[in-house]
Amino acid sequence: MKRPALTGFAMACVLFLQGCAGWQSALDPKGPAANELAWLIWFFTALCALIWVLVMIALAAPLLMRPRAPSEPLVLNAGAEHRKLRVVLIAVAMTVSVVVGLTLLSFFANRTLAAIGSGAALTIRVTGHQWWWEVRYEDATPNRILTTANEIHIPAGEPVRLLLTSTDVIHSFWVPSLSGKLDLIPGRINVLDIKADKPGVYRGQCAEFCGAQHANMGTFIIAEPRARFDAWWNDQLRPARSPASGEAKTGEDLFLHRPCVMCHRIGGTPAGGTVAPDLTHIASRRTLAAGTLTMSRGNLAAWIADPQGVKPGAHMPVMELNGDELNAIVAYLEGLK
Amino acid sequence: MTHGAVTLLLVILALTGCQREERDTRPQSALGSGEQPTPVTTLEPGGQRPSPADNKAASFEANAFHLSEGKRLFGWFNCSGCHANGGGGMGPALMDEKWLYGSSIESIHATIRDGRPKGMPSFHDKIPDDQIWELAAFVRSLSGNVPSSAAPQRNDDMMPHPSENRLPDAATLGKSP
Repeated sequence: MKRPALTGFAMACVLFLQGCAGWQSALDPKGPAANELAWLIWFFTALCALIWVLVMIALAAPLLMRPRAPSEPLVLNAGAEHRKLRVVLIAVAMTVSVVVGLTLLSFFANRTLAAIGSGAALTIRVTGHQWWWEVRYEDATPNRILTTANEIHIPAGEPVRLLLTSTDVIHSFWVPSLSGKLDLIPGRINVLDIKADKPGVYRGQCAEFCGAQHANMGTFIIAEPRARFDAWWNDQLRPARSPASGEAKTGEDLFLHRPCVMCHRIGGTPAGGTVAPDLTHIASRRTLAAGTLTMSRGNLAAWIADPQGVKPGAHMPVMELNGDELNAIVAYLEGLK
Repeated sequence: MTHGAVTLLLVILALTGCQREERDTRPQSALGSGEQPTPVTTLEPGGQRPSPADNKAASFEANAFHLSEGKRLFGWFNCSGCHANGGGGMGPALMDEKWLYGSSIESIHATIRDGRPKGMPSFHDKIPDDQIWELAAFVRSLSGNVPSSAAPQRNDDMMPHPSENRLPDAATLGKSP
């Protein structure tokens, strides 16, 4: 009778725990900062659960015990009074030591987090916009400075320093598998150090309500071995590929003479807008519109034709294009690997 | 009974406030339907053009959302490059009472869309029509020509002038009524 219920419960637990894994989970840490935080979460939860059980037992025990014969209220029993006082004192001492202990643990965890970035060789400036992320790789050599959007490539196993700021409202940068969250505040630069132990793709999400499309403001951290990361950086520094087909060439011309050019930049062309994502290598990214759509020809066309249907409220406007023009622009963008 | 009526009246009153912010969250996709009537000439004294069939001016002029979008686009599209923040530079000032081509929103829309002699470029293909209307509505707010209840109430950056809802009407500024 009891066995099936127990088995069912165990299986449900396993199923629930399955939800903790994945590319965006604080309980599935993939870097030193997230490790530290995950350990802290589990320890706090376990200790607080234990204390809760003890308190419940202490509350339930007197209720279940047989009541003693009532003593005469005016008669003082010095021994019993002392016992009660001792119990209260012990409880207070335990409470204080638990609170102080947990505070110290949190303090030392914070110290570990702060030490992760020491000696970070790579600095990336992440700027929050409604509703996408601008990513700028800093370098001492000006022509190696790289601007891209929404995807942050980092070398695995190395600490990376992120400088977080915003141009409109407060956003918050949170990649749960790698670190805790930190706000992006207009007019201020916050510093967050991250490190991914192993290569992989980790999803991040804006964690501070920032307007209509807050939910569609995703980012991806792509950790790669150093050699591949360097290759990626060099590749991204190249100007955009010239259009491969006649249709793509038409698309380039349209891009440069239609509203696209007012906001977007494509390296190697006169398009130099900086208020919208850099499209120089848009087809090399995994997603469109900050993780809203996966990258494909169809999704590109959908996004350009009906941005307000895909992401209502986004600053990408509805444009006056006919079907052929739309196809040509998509053909051009598709080739920007 | 009277309580219910009063409450209903208050709710209706409160709802009328929403009109100020009314916005089309999903404007119709303009694929293949965006051809505007082309003016015969761009040189028109007074800048008056036959107004288009759809009465867009009315829906943009006193709408807080469109005005603030216009303010954002004014910065994004670098109107300040020539007009400064309305004070004028290489291009004419926008916050005074002088209008070379008239102060109507249609005329400003025509100026942005088709350009004007001596330097104002045409943004016909470069800016979607709705955004040109937003910009035109915002330009009017720079000289106090839109209701202050709808004009932008905040500057995001340091500005030499107060936000548009506190800008005086340039036409009556410094003159006793």
